[in-house]
Amino acid sequence: MAALTREETEALIQEVLEVYPEQARKDRAKHLAVNDQSLEKSNKCITSNRKSQPGVMTIRGCAYAGSKGVVWGPIKDMIHISHGPVGCGQYSRAGRRNYYVGTTGVNTFGTMNFTSDFQEKDIVFGGDKKLAKIMNEIEELFPLNKGISIQSECPIGLIGDDIEAVAKKANKEIGKPVVPVRCEGFRGVSQSLGHHIANDAIRDWVLENRDGDESFPTTPYDVAVIGDYNIGGDAWASRTLLEEMGLRVVAQWSGDGTIAEMEKTPKVKLNLIHCYRSMNYIARHMEEKYKIPWIEYNFFGPTKIAESLRKIASHFDETIMAGAEKVIAKYQSEYDAVIAKYKPRLQGKRVMLYVGGLRPRHVIGAYEDLGMEVVGTGYEFGHNDDYDRTIKEMGNATLIYDDVTGYEFEEFVKKVQPDLIGSGIKEKYIFQKMGIPFRQMHSWDYSGPYHGYDGFAIFARDMDMTLNNPCWKQVKVPWKTDDTSKVAVAASA
Amino acid sequence: MPSVMLKKNAEGKLVFYVPKKDLEEVAESVEFDSPDKWGGEVLLSDGSTYYFEPQAQPDFPVTLRAKRLDSGE
Repeated sequence: MAALTREETEALIQEVLEVYPEQARKDRAKHLAVNDQSLEKSNKCITSNRKSQPGVMTIRGCAYAGSKGVVWGPIKDMIHISHGPVGCGQYSRAGRRNYYVGTTGVNTFGTMNFTSDFQEKDIVFGGDKKLAKIMNEIEELFPLNKGISIQSECPIGLIGDDIEAVAKKANKEIGKPVVPVRCEGFRGVSQSLGHHIANDAIRDWVLENRDGDESFPTTPYDVAVIGDYNIGGDAWASRTLLEEMGLRVVAQWSGDGTIAEMEKTPKVKLNLIHCYRSMNYIARHMEEKYKIPWIEYNFFGPTKIAESLRKIASHFDETIMAGAEKVIAKYQSEYDAVIAKYKPRLQGKRVMLYVGGLRPRHVIGAYEDLGMEVVGTGYEFGHNDDYDRTIKEMGNATLIYDDVTGYEFEEFVKKVQPDLIGSGIKEKYIFQKMGIPFRQMHSWDYSGPYHGYDGFAIFARDMDMTLNNPCWKQVKVPWKTDDTSKVAVAASA
Repeated sequence: MPSVMLKKNAEGKLVFYVPKKDLEEVAESVEFDSPDKWGGEVLLSDGSTYYFEPQAQPDFPVTLRAKRLDSGE
């Protein structure tokens, strides 16, 4: 199917909006747009970071998900207590595949679930005593933990427990950082506020722990990787490239990261931000307080990697610049081979994305390197500044949708007929049942890493094996199969 | 009276960031822009104007309180 023109895309949006009652239609219309590259600012065409309409199927998460699941959870040597009823922690446990090195249950705790398991009596009489008791138990059972964070679930804010006081007291008793995080799920419109709250908690309780302590030996090439959650090993694939070009990675935030790394981050020379949405707050804070500049980079696909490596190197001297060129040259034969192998199989295929806060724009380059075209993209919880950065990456007259509802997404897909959809687990089975190839782009569909040159090879293989899988030709029932698809099945069998 | 985070970008222009509003704009002009007196009315590239109490030039990046004069709409 040929690409839609601007008028066709606009008509499609109007058609999809028609089923809504008037009020909802007016609101949703602001969140759907046709991309116009000539615009400088996204607020001219799209509204974002607003409360979802009651009654629609939104795909968003909550503030607790943003803090415990994204920012704090991957810090491996701390214990993160899901403070409140048992479900929030248990159903999100280890789902994000933030890989780490260590012995789980001894010195690392990433895939474990710690919870205060609230019962009725805790709601009635308050849970502060229980929390204090839990922290003593943790010290006894897991003495190698390097700190505790208290991740509030909704009831904590509702009943007004004073977790800060408990945290301060526990901090004195056990002598390790104890961080209360006010990330109750009802705060904000999506997980995005949870990221912000988590960043503020790091700012207030962790970042200044080593101010004035100069015992950490620094080099002029110290950097911190911020906003890489090591999903399927992403941060490792990124880190090797940075180290090969001569930089020293002091801290990883927060995939495979430790609290000690975070405390040392104010000593670095440059902060590298991968996920802008979830960690820009802390980068801006460090810029103001410690005068550490920060830059955004993108390690998806060779074009963007080369661009990013050069951009990072431009903040350092000639040795690093030469190092960047060396790294790009070293891997060239590798990624050329990947493109040579997969591009003919993927050329011209059209992709629709709907992911969280960074990938809707970051992975576009990787698809383009494989000859594919992204025809629709959108953020669950992006803000205006994310859309500002997206407009230039996307083609003209492509669809942009903010906080898309289940219904809208299905209708768009039916009309646009993309060859591949990249979104989350909640969307996966709907579209697979519609017979459309699907990749789960939050945790790489149990694959990965996708960052870096090594990751690009895996990315290309995964897209190929999903898209060109013969199973998609079997989805239609035989009596509805036309002759052309029969031939295709025979040919591929 | 929003809190505004101010910094200089690579071209030496002033970048204006209001966290609560996700507003990230380049300042077109600053009324007073000398080392000993800085502030006054600041015009952003989206047409809105903000006012800072004139003061000695701060050390960027810095967070300051601003008064919003005109939204530019």
